[in-house]
Order: sequence, then C-alpha cells, then structure tokens
Amino acid sequence: MTKQTKSMRLSSTLAALEAEAIYIMRETAAGFEKPVMMYSVGKDSSVLLHLARKAFYPAPIPFPLLHIDTTWKFKEMISFRDRMAKEIGFKLIVHTNPIGEEKNITPFTYGSARYTDIMKTEALRQALNMHGFDAAIGGARRDEEKSRAKERIFSVRSYGHRWDARNQRPELWRLYNTRLGKGETMRVFPLSNWTELDVWEYILQEELEVVPLYFAKERPVVRRSGTYIMLDEPDKMTLNSGESPVMKIVRFRTLGCWPLSGAIEAAAANVADIVSEIKAARYSERQGRLIDSDQTGSMEKKKQEGYF
Amino acid sequence: MTEEKPLLRILSCGSVDDGKSTLIGRMLYDLGVLYEDQLAFLEKERTADGRPDFSGLLDGLLAEREQAITIDVAYRSFRTPARRYIVADAPGHEQYTRNMVTGASKADAALLLIDATRAKDGLLPQTVRHSIVCAMLGVPHIIVAVNKMDLAGYSEDVFKAIEAEYLDRIKNLSFRSVSCIPVSALGGDNICFSSANMPWYQGLAVLDILEALDTAPMPQTAFCMPVQGVSRQGTNRWLMGTVLSGTVRVGDKVCLSPSGRTGTIERLADMSGDLATAQTEQAVNIKLAEDVDVGRGEVLFSPDYPLEEADQIAAKIIWLNDPHLALGRSYFFRLGTAEAWATVTELSYKIDLNTLAETPSKELRPNDVGRIKLSLDRKLPMMPYAKSRDLGGFLLIDRISGSTLGAGMVDYVLHRSHSVFPHAFELSKEAFAAQKSQKPCVVWLTGLSASGKSTVANLTAKLLYAKGFHVYTLDGDNLRSGLNRDLGFTEADRVENIRRASEVAKLMADAGLVVLASFISPYRTDRMAIRERFPPGEFFEIFVDTPLEICESRDSKGLYAKARAGVLPHFTGISAPFEQPENPDLHMDGMRAPELLAQELVEFITKEIQSA
Repeated sequence: MTKQTKSMRLSSTLAALEAEAIYIMRETAAGFEKPVMMYSVGKDSSVLLHLARKAFYPAPIPFPLLHIDTTWKFKEMISFRDRMAKEIGFKLIVHTNPIGEEKNITPFTYGSARYTDIMKTEALRQALNMHGFDAAIGGARRDEEKSRAKERIFSVRSYGHRWDARNQRPELWRLYNTRLGKGETMRVFPLSNWTELDVWEYILQEELEVVPLYFAKERPVVRRSGTYIMLDEPDKMTLNSGESPVMKIVRFRTLGCWPLSGAIEAAAANVADIVSEIKAARYSERQGRLIDSDQTGSMEKKKQEGYF
Repeated sequence: MTEEKPLLRILSCGSVDDGKSTLIGRMLYDLGVLYEDQLAFLEKERTADGRPDFSGLLDGLLAEREQAITIDVAYRSFRTPARRYIVADAPGHEQYTRNMVTGASKADAALLLIDATRAKDGLLPQTVRHSIVCAMLGVPHIIVAVNKMDLAGYSEDVFKAIEAEYLDRIKNLSFRSVSCIPVSALGGDNICFSSANMPWYQGLAVLDILEALDTAPMPQTAFCMPVQGVSRQGTNRWLMGTVLSGTVRVGDKVCLSPSGRTGTIERLADMSGDLATAQTEQAVNIKLAEDVDVGRGEVLFSPDYPLEEADQIAAKIIWLNDPHLALGRSYFFRLGTAEAWATVTELSYKIDLNTLAETPSKELRPNDVGRIKLSLDRKLPMMPYAKSRDLGGFLLIDRISGSTLGAGMVDYVLHRSHSVFPHAFELSKEAFAAQKSQKPCVVWLTGLSASGKSTVANLTAKLLYAKGFHVYTLDGDNLRSGLNRDLGFTEADRVENIRRASEVAKLMADAGLVVLASFISPYRTDRMAIRERFPPGEFFEIFVDTPLEICESRDSKGLYAKARAGVLPHFTGISAPFEQPENPDLHMDGMRAPELLAQELVEFITKEIQSA
C-alpha cells in the first residue's frame, strides 16, 4: 500500500494532530542546542517515536532518546525497548538513579510517593543535568490530568527543573518561544492536544507496534488497593496476609513500574479492540495509576518538583 | 463512515463567576463523555448550596480551587458525533488578559459568557473588552451565552435587553457571525438541549451552533510554506515545513524569500514513499531540483501568493509581561520561523480595550495594547495579520531572560526604508584606519554615577594620545548638553540616550578613531544591543566597579544628595536600577587610583588592538 492512500485514511482530526506534533518536534530540533526525547516505552512513546521519524525523514531522528529505568519496569517493556532501538536505529540513553540500588529503594519499602520522587523525578533531573540537555520532549497529554490541562506545549523549567504554574509564558498562535534564560530548560509536549483515544486510533491507522502488555492475556495478579497488580517478578513482591496470586485475563491501560501499574479486567486483544473498548470506557485512564491518588493535587506537586 | 468535520478550537471567556468552567463542565456532562471517576468527583465536590460543582472538572490547579477562580488557560478536548473540539478556558480576571489573548490567537470561535443577573443594568466592561480582544486577534465567530437565566426568572425581556445592548456595543467589530443564546449552565438549559424553561427562545442550543460552524479557511489558494529547518541526507538538502496555504505539487516553480531565489519542487518525501502533492496544514519535507542554500526562516511560496517583505512595520502590540515596553529598546523578534532583532521606533497610541479609544502614550505595561512601529535588523517575509495569522503574528522576546514580553500583529509594512539608500562612499573604514595606522574600536565604560568613568576615560585618552593614537572621548553629560538635550531620565529616555550615543560612537569608529565612551548605561539589555551593532573585536565593555557608598561619598555634583532627598527621580543606584555586567571585557576595581586604572585600560586597549 502506498503512503498516500494510507494518509487519506487518517481522519482530519488525526491528520491535524499529527501535523501539529511534527511542527513542534521540528521547532524543538531547530530551537535548542541539545534536545532529547523521553522514551518511556508506553503507547504514547510509540506514537512520539513514529512522529519523530516522520518529522525528519529521510534524515534520521536528530536527537537521542532517554529512558529513565527504575529497575522496576515490566520485563516485556525492557525487551521491547531494546528491540525498537535496534530495529529503528535511534540513539538510546538509559539512566537509573544509582542511589536506588545503593539504598535498596523499592516501591514496597518507600511508598509510591517517595519512590517516584527518587527513582523517577530525581533520576530524570540527574540524567538531564549529566548530559546537559536543554530541552526534553515528553509524551504527556492535557487530557491526562487537570494540572496538565494548564501546561504550555513549550513549558519552561526554572533552575532545578521546577515548574511554576503561575509563571508560564503566554503561548500564541503556533509561534513557540524557544529562548531560555540562565539556568532554564524546556519541556516540550507535542501530544498536548491528543486524547487517549486519539493515541490508539493513530496506532491503529499507522499500524504501530506497542508493548503486548496493553493486550488482554492471562497473567498472574493479586488484588491490591482496588486494582490488580501483576507479579512480573514474583520473588521481589511480598504478599500481604489474605493476598494470593491468581491467573486472570487482564490488560494495562498505562504502563510504568509493575508494582504501581494497575491492570484491568478487559478482553481487548488487539489495537482495534482497544479503540472500541475506550470508546465505551467509563473510567479515565490515570485511574489505574497508583501514584496520582496519593493526595489531592498530587500530580501538580510532582510537576512542580520536576516530574514529567 | 461519514467524513467528520474539521477540528474546532474554541475559546471560552467572560468575567469571573460568569460560569465559563461550569458551562463547559455541564456540556461534557450532558454529552455523556465524562468518566465514572469524574462523575464521582462531581458527586463529592459540591458548591456551597449543594449543587454539583461542574467548574471543578476544569479548575485544575490547587491554588485556583482554593480561591474558586481560574488563574490560567486550561485546554480540554472532547468529541461529539459531529467533530472534535479543543476548548481553551480563559480566566476572567482583568489582569489576566494575556491568557485570553493566548486562547484567542488560535481560536476558530469564542464562547463568551455574560451573567444575566449582573448585566441587567448594563454590560460589564470585561464583556466588551473580551469581544474587542477576540476581534483584534481575528476570531471569526462569536457565540454569546447569556448565563444564569434561572436567576433572572428565565425572562425574555432581560435577555432581549442584554442582547440588544451587546449587539450595539460591538457593532463596529468585525466577526463572521455573532449568535446570542439565553442559557443556564448549571441547569443545562440551551447548552446541549433546548430549554423547557424558555419556550420563547426559538434558536439553537450552544452545542448545535458549535456543531454547525463552518471553519473553511479563507479562499487563499496559493501555496506558501515557512521553512522550519533543513535536514541533510547524504548530499541532499530537505526543507522541512508545514504548508500554510494552498497545494504544492512536484514540478511546481516556487519563489523563496528573503533570499530572492527560485526553485522547482523535485520531491516530497514521506516515510512510506514520495508524495505527488501536499495540502494546506500538511507537514512536508521538500527537495528542490536546484541546489539552493537556504535554511530556517526562509518562506517558499508560489508566484501568486501576495507575500510581502519588510524591515519596517506598523503593528498592534499586546504587552504581556514586565519590564514595560520602551521606545528605542531592542528585542528579539520572532515571526513564523524567522528571527531578527527589532527596535521600537515609535509608540504612537495606547488602545483602551473597553472603548477602542486611542490615546498618546510613552510606555506600555502588561495587559496594555498599543500601536507601534518597529525597525528590524533585516528584511523578513511577512503578511498583514488580517490576511494571515501565521505570517502576521509575532513575538517580542526579552533578550536576556528569554521571556515573551509582547505579542504583535502586523497592520501594514512600511516602505520607508526603500527611500533610504546608504551611499557607498569610496573611502572605507579600513582606509581611514590605515591612514591612522590603528585599528578603530569603541571602549565603553559603564558604572554608577561618580564611579570614576569620566576621570579614567580622560586619563586614558591623554595616554593614548601621547602614544600617537587618534582618540576621542564621548561622555554622557557632554552629549546631554547638545545632541541629547531633549532627553530626560525615564527608562525610555535612557534607552534612547544610549542608542544615540552608540550610533555616534559607531560613526567615529567608521572614521577610524579609537573611541572612549563613558555612560552609566544601566540596562544590560541595552549594552548587549550596542555590542551587536559592532563587528567582533571592535567593541569592549569596561565595568568601572565602584561600590555605591563610595560613589555617594564622592558625589562631586551633589546628585546623590538630591536623589536621596527625592528631588531627583530615576537616579541610578538610588531610585533606578543598575544592572551589573555579567561578562565585561574588563572588570576594573573602582577603589583603585584613577591613574592606575587608566594605565590598566591603556594596556588592555593596546593589547586588544595589536592582537587583532
């Protein structure tokens, strides 16, 4: 099939969102000295990666991809990541906060808030500083959470990568200000205006590959905090009294660290199923994530501290 | 599947408490697109009188929820059977006009809320103000929701009176369509469904109007595309960009601006094979048949596209941030994908956003709108804003902090510059310099009043003169008694003072002289602008660093005493800032004897001139 017939198949909305995201990526490549693209291996990352390839084709992606590995990611995510890097041939940087191993920081011993702060937020700050990246492209969407709805597409971070919601630059037309003051860096969100459904419809229409954990399959899980936690590495998880592993047909709506990613009971076994499932969904996407429900406004607090 | 309608970007605006967030929240609720956890939030969070808090779905930031107001633009997407929407929810506070401007810049339509209970006795100033901003930014459609009709007894008279007053107040503004609808956002009347409470209203509900809106672009069919960058693949150069208007086909002849070149479209690359054509709003990667060495900032356009080119423009500007707009100051300028340095050469009027009345003004503060003229350091391709938002909208950016200070809209380009042709005199700068056997340069001394700048400059000039250099000294006070005698000490006047002084210094350097210039020149951004007027190695910034207490104790002219007494306003160090140089070419300790400093400076200058 030639590309032209395939582009025709993109709905006018997806075509507009795609063009906007490509425009933003090109502005980032042109406006910064050392940009990097976050690669979290999830579905949004699959879309970002595809858009970046399209944006610069036939030249290769002009910036490296950065994965913050907490060492608690699903095994399937890591193998998917490495296969993608090899097949597509992008430059991949993997960073883990060394203090994690040193102090044995796990989601079980530290609680999700503290753990996320050290292994994700702090690790990200370390990696950005270490490589001197002045802009980081991320896959966050405005529909994910209310504080994200107010963030700019080009979002300035002050010294220490902090986000000041009250001091955001006005963002007019498609005229993005890529200038930085002293000590500032930029976070860039090309998927800002996408929704979860857009992401899946785009994956469907562009025939993109995603980690199979998104598809329903029988997996070993335990019931915890109102959701199902998959035993990705069973010997690393201590079961509470009353908890017992069961095999269940589940899938994930979002992927992160396996002890913090809630699975849902759902039958969707391929991308087309997922699209229909989301169209009928009754719960928003971040519901499965345990880290956002720690406290009211918790995402906003994390973002102020530098979380993506 | 029927072809869906194009994505619609809406701006929702109105005063605080008019119920903007509530209306959007209610619309999502009635559309049945809220998720269970969002519905649970509605159940949990209720208003003081126990009704569901629809606004809480949108007012996302903690600070806002505590103050029960929206402080920043929130973007929200939703989908109906007909089309996809992106709503920019703009805050109603008067001081947050900048957020509204942000939302309006991209909007296809504005949803403007009016609180019927407050507008009964006359529209609030913000309502007119917001309409004016929408018209100014070129929002084509405006939908006026007269809200809280439940609290106004669902009265037709109340609605009709408000509608009539509104239409009268905006009669001079240009919109493609204006609709007025009586609603109750909280009750859902005329939001998604017609209201049983207001049978006298025969028109469409808010959602029906939105679903039917036609966003067909202006019938501008000629091709135009700003280049975002160049990607190289082997020896091939690919021009990346998004098509702004028209269609581009392989084989088409295109013009390029500002390079003035022409080319032929050879290939349109795509990851799964080349394209034959590309349409408006499509991101493309173009290879020209000719090896044209152009890059970011260039615009590709078909010969029928009415692209203009200018370095002098008249524009409206919305000031967004501190510091205030100052005449003569230079800013980083961004339009499309092109960049330049811009100087504000004229600030003609400030526009009152409540009445559109224009009054002469010398400065613009955040949230002010004015008419200005700008001079750019190079010619850029552009269009009047009324014809193209993308090639007529620009930003003025602070050269140091990088923050977005102003958003401008090109009204028209000035062709004034065409009538000024610098005459090419045959005796060049190099010739003058060779005659004097020296390399001309400008040595710029900055520092507080009484820091010793002029004393050091005087001694240095004498030493250089004795060594056979052709040298001249420019001094702030001396220039102010002649060339700059019309200028005072406000920020705007100081900027102009320094601009003129640096132009004089430049002429003297062109004449082959070594120029010693001593000026307080308190603003970093202005000193940076001076440096950019000179080629590298021809301008040196010397910081005469003397502590304020010492300068004040010297006070040979009695100025500090007057400033302390409050009779001398805007005095640097006392009532106006001095921004220290961060990387001066020479940092001199003003506590040392002037003779030693002069010696140090002479050594610095002779070394710099010889090494060059």
